[in-house]
Amino acid sequence: MKLNVNNAQHDVDADPRTPLLYVLRGDLKLNAAKFGCGLGQCGACTVLVNGEPVFSCVTPIALLEGKEITTLEGLGTEEKPAPIQQAFIESQAAQCGYCIPGMMMRAQALLQKNPHAGDAEIRAWLEPNLCRCGSHMRILRAIHRAQHIIRTAQRGEAG
Amino acid sequence: MSEIGTILSRRAVLAGSGALIFSFSSTAWAQENAAPAAAPTSAAPPPLPGSLKQAPFLDSWIRVDADGAITVFTGKAELGQGIKTALLQVAAEQLDANFDQLKIVTADTGRTANEGYTAGSHSMQDSGTAIMHAAAQVRQLLVAQAAQRAGVQPEQMTTDSGAVIAPDGRRFGYGDLVASEMLHVRASPQSKLKDPAQYKYLNRRIPRVDIPAKVTGGEAYVQDFRPDGMAHGRIVRPPSYGAVLDSVDTAAVEKMPGVIKIVRDGSFLAVVVEREFQAVEAMRALAAAARWQESGKLPDMTALPALLAELPAQDIKVIDQQQPAPANAKTIAATFTRPYVSHGSIGPSCAVAQLKDDVLTVWTHTQGVYPDRDAIAEMMRMPKDKVRCIHSQGSGCYGHNGADDAAGDAALLARALPGRPVRVQWTREQELGWEPYGPAMMVKVNAALDDSGKVADWDYTVWSNTHSMRPGPAGALIAARYLAEPFPEPKPFPIPMPEGGGDRNSNPIYKFPSMKVLHRFLPAMPIRVSALRSLGAYMNIFSIESFMDELAAAAGTDPVEFRLKHLDDPRAREVVSTAAERFGWSAKPRAGMPGHGSNYGYGFAFARYKNLAAYCAIACEVEVNHETGRARMVRAVAAVDSGQAVNPDGIANQIEGAILQSMSWTLYENVSFDDRRIISVDWATYPILRFSAVPDSMEVHIINRPGLPFLGSGEAGQGPAAAAVANAIANATGYRFRDLPITAERIKAAIGV
Amino acid sequence: MRGFVRSVFFLCLLLIVGIAVYAIFSYEPPLGPIPPPQRESFDQTQVKRGAELAAIGSCGVCHTAPSGREFAGGVGLPTPFGAIYSTNITPDPETGIGNWSLAAFQRALRRGVRRDGAYLYPAFPYDHFTLVSDDDAKALYAFLMTREPVRATAPANQLPFPLNVRLVMSGWNLLFLKPGPYQPDPARDDAYNRGAYLAEGLGHCGSCHTPRNVLGAEKTSEKFAGGEAEGWSAYAINASSPAPVPWTEETLLQYLSHGFNADHGVARGPMLEVASNLGAVPNDDLHALATYIAAQIGRPAAPTPQVAKQLEAQGARGKTVAAASADSQADPSQRRDATAGDDEGALIYTATCSGCHQGPRAAPFGGIDFALSSNINGPSAKNLVNVVLNGLPAAGSKRTPIMPGFANAMDDRQVAALARYLRGHFTDKPAWTDIESSLNDARAALRAPKPNSAPSSGSASPDAS
Repeated sequence: MKLNVNNAQHDVDADPRTPLLYVLRGDLKLNAAKFGCGLGQCGACTVLVNGEPVFSCVTPIALLEGKEITTLEGLGTEEKPAPIQQAFIESQAAQCGYCIPGMMMRAQALLQKNPHAGDAEIRAWLEPNLCRCGSHMRILRAIHRAQHIIRTAQRGEAG
Repeated sequence: MSEIGTILSRRAVLAGSGALIFSFSSTAWAQENAAPAAAPTSAAPPPLPGSLKQAPFLDSWIRVDADGAITVFTGKAELGQGIKTALLQVAAEQLDANFDQLKIVTADTGRTANEGYTAGSHSMQDSGTAIMHAAAQVRQLLVAQAAQRAGVQPEQMTTDSGAVIAPDGRRFGYGDLVASEMLHVRASPQSKLKDPAQYKYLNRRIPRVDIPAKVTGGEAYVQDFRPDGMAHGRIVRPPSYGAVLDSVDTAAVEKMPGVIKIVRDGSFLAVVVEREFQAVEAMRALAAAARWQESGKLPDMTALPALLAELPAQDIKVIDQQQPAPANAKTIAATFTRPYVSHGSIGPSCAVAQLKDDVLTVWTHTQGVYPDRDAIAEMMRMPKDKVRCIHSQGSGCYGHNGADDAAGDAALLARALPGRPVRVQWTREQELGWEPYGPAMMVKVNAALDDSGKVADWDYTVWSNTHSMRPGPAGALIAARYLAEPFPEPKPFPIPMPEGGGDRNSNPIYKFPSMKVLHRFLPAMPIRVSALRSLGAYMNIFSIESFMDELAAAAGTDPVEFRLKHLDDPRAREVVSTAAERFGWSAKPRAGMPGHGSNYGYGFAFARYKNLAAYCAIACEVEVNHETGRARMVRAVAAVDSGQAVNPDGIANQIEGAILQSMSWTLYENVSFDDRRIISVDWATYPILRFSAVPDSMEVHIINRPGLPFLGSGEAGQGPAAAAVANAIANATGYRFRDLPITAERIKAAIGV
Repeated sequence: MRGFVRSVFFLCLLLIVGIAVYAIFSYEPPLGPIPPPQRESFDQTQVKRGAELAAIGSCGVCHTAPSGREFAGGVGLPTPFGAIYSTNITPDPETGIGNWSLAAFQRALRRGVRRDGAYLYPAFPYDHFTLVSDDDAKALYAFLMTREPVRATAPANQLPFPLNVRLVMSGWNLLFLKPGPYQPDPARDDAYNRGAYLAEGLGHCGSCHTPRNVLGAEKTSEKFAGGEAEGWSAYAINASSPAPVPWTEETLLQYLSHGFNADHGVARGPMLEVASNLGAVPNDDLHALATYIAAQIGRPAAPTPQVAKQLEAQGARGKTVAAASADSQADPSQRRDATAGDDEGALIYTATCSGCHQGPRAAPFGGIDFALSSNINGPSAKNLVNVVLNGLPAAGSKRTPIMPGFANAMDDRQVAALARYLRGHFTDKPAWTDIESSLNDARAALRAPKPNSAPSSGSASPDAS
């Protein structure tokens, strides 16, 4: 079946019952989305579908034909990081980093909808995602920083 | 991460430029940490610093290539604690090289020194110290070489950015200076270290080298490693400890798509499959087809203290300096308990193994590549030198989680499929159900206060299992215990003080005139246990620091003042007063003051990890919801003295993380089980901290000690955070909670309506 | 249909206005403020009993905003007429009930009149609380007056004229308020009467479980025939209960106190909060409640053979294969052969739901078998749609079942296909007719701003799923 991942069409030869996570990691060799629980309880596998966060570990590709899937790789690269990536690097917002791509994708969905989301809204929004290293304060800081980067860029464009 | 994919043979390394020679000591690192070196006799030369004791050749640590590239080797592993970056900073500093010029190779039995486990907050003390001295001595050698070429005295030469500079301005690049075997010399006990005032890279917030790949989908973890031809393995674990595989009808599973092989050896059951989701499905079908005979009997999880008190104990005297207490002393006593606690890594354990030309290579996120290698070699009945373990990152482990076991699993499956790399990925349920937990513990303490409100006597007993069942021995691996010819579970040993296991930090740092500390070591382990971040220190510091508050209250003294009254180490005192000042301890709003309902409380705690590593004091504010009993940390301020700070942001990151992780253990967590099976196997049944309970703010203040030895900080926050939270809850509610976790239910039950 | 309802509604409004004229003659005086009583002036036993009664009354469900302070109000309750905001019932003298006397409190509780004499709206179920005894009212008062005072003013109600004139409620009261106290039924035993008193009074079960007329009053002729609450359908708890396995006193008791029963699934939404409150209620009271509700449901026929079979399978789950042995998820070789009919819903079910809902792990931490689910067997698709979209979010760091929501993974066509499949495959009930409208409502609720709520507690369902 055909899947649209990071603005490219991919022909995927997999059982339609296959959770998206295995297709991303195995077939498309994308590393960012992580296996954390396979139960939709931790958020490590979070990617965007039509701009909204989903747990790719419990989302079969059967549901996804014709929808736009975005992974962390689709936002930017090490050389040309997206604002959220730049912000996480600048804030050094990771310890082991395993949960971080999921955190970033979830945050990205919020920032796309509401770049001005306040601290309380950001915290509430992140509730489904778990971090075990205790990087929470930095994750929050990084998201605020990403907001700042996005706003500055917008002001730059406007000016 | 490039080194995952690059399998360098020794020959290849040797054939390269530079002068890397392998001459690693085979010193066994049998326990959590190496025991401190024996005191030198007057005849022997002074011991080499840090891990140079185990690997004394300079080129075990530093390689300089002809093109000027510099590679640092460490036997320690990057666990997300930022050790790569910190070690590179140390090396760049003492080499006087550009930070960007340096690369680092971490724990790999084929390439790096045997530094045992990456554990116990030892990396900077062991590896950091070794690299600091090795780098300084390498620089000296390069300077000498350049001086010879320039025909001047070495003292006249200076170094900068990877080059030696002569008085006349001529520059000799390090790559041009290095010659074969030049660095293959034994380190000397003393090095000419840089003046801390000249430091360019130490005590600086250098961005971590591992983060960019992690936030852009780079190949950062063993989970991301996909060598050509890789197959996917999945294990079907028994339903309970000791269950025996009665029968399994594999016919249907064999016909499932992608199934290459079903591996059964005794009660070890697994399947190797072409594609990952096929492997998941095959595993589920195999699990459903397996019939087990269960025999295990687990203890009553609601009566753990009684269990601990009943188990046969081996008594270890930690301190035995008791004097008779003054006759008029006021005595108080308390009992503290903690349940089994899970490491709870967000990524379940994973490993990739390949058996090729009689050599087994295992990519693993173990904390100890050498001990894991030894265990795997023994289980596979292979010579050690035919097994190579390469560390590659996993999800944070916080101690001995499933990493080593997964490596063992992968090794067995690789043998079943020679030539092909096999990746084993544990499930969430397997990780939480089979990892070795941090052991349940109990502490009983009683103390006497004299007329001046000081502690006159201290009598402390801690009950605990071992805190290290790590490999070495094959029987430390789960798989090995379930083979048709099983390896026995190794005999548990207590880790000796001053590091300690269950008794780690049981020796109070405070000056008490009369002290008795007893470790009742419990060899029997009804639940699988091993090392969890900070080992016994978490519980001992929770107990000691909770009890210090109880004593302060009995003495009518402010808790911070009370601690200072019993501390004479000036560094300890400074950490305590810094945390108190930055928090605004003396001005803190008292419960019931306007704007602060009676449900706010303030807590303070302090410890020096192992009384050997970093000092850490934490003050925090907690809000307790009177109606639900829910406690939430609102604000925390920490002060930490890690000796010479290498990367202050790295230290802050560790302390912040320790506070939140420890808070999660303290408020929510316990491993649960029925009479036969572990039943906390996912995040619904083993809940941990979520964002709704994250504090509003957190500050970490670092007291840098230029030029003083590095003091490990990775676990320093664990104990103080727990006690600070408990003390704040006691302050908020008027009730002292001595049984962990301090759940909303327990608080509500105590405070009533 | 909606237009028709609206016109009836306006006609009735006119009626109410007429009645309001009458109401002028039923004047309620303001009751003087009192100095806030000291905590110590209340008897601890009474406070403790008050806490239990407040739990039975689920006061906190409406009077505590999801991320707000307990009993400080401000929760917007959607009614067909507009949002009504719950008030601050903490003892803050200015914004709460700190200067209310016991008499003022009792009048509000039982007659729906504020301390200043103004009428309350029956979103506050005084039509039930009117049954509360003097002793219980005193205990509730003692409990509330000893809470932490919180300064908080609820937002203004969003009601249209003439409903925004509180006086019209006197007309409503005249028509629908049947003043207490509770009259025991001498033909029944103590437990039944106790249960009836609690369920009809403080427990106000009918507020959600009884359908309402166009004036928002419960239809007495259809008591417990099923109603609505905050976008969820509250199942019938009379003889028309849709539960495939008939409720019993025992299963009700467990469900009410633990929010879960193996034959019925987990409580969600308003019912989840009700059940978590009831966990703190003494067993006698719970037992009485269960007795009374079980009697309302009666003893319907035994489960159908299909359900009986599922029930047996349900009992076997978690016993054959350990949760920890491999995975909590389904054995694919045992999976229902649902893909055969190339039905999209069947594929979605096998790929998305069956892993947990047919896995070896027993409920509540494994999913309930849908053949047993009131969600699938009930008359409306509402609850199923809500659960599919929102899942069962983690409740902070408490040990509770978690189910991921699929609002972002599934589009409406897919949810509808799944709903049709589940209904057709697991029940012999007629097809749902409200899948589309339920989806529209649930999506609209998801889009609506939630100023006071965290997502973890904002979405939920009232009943067995």
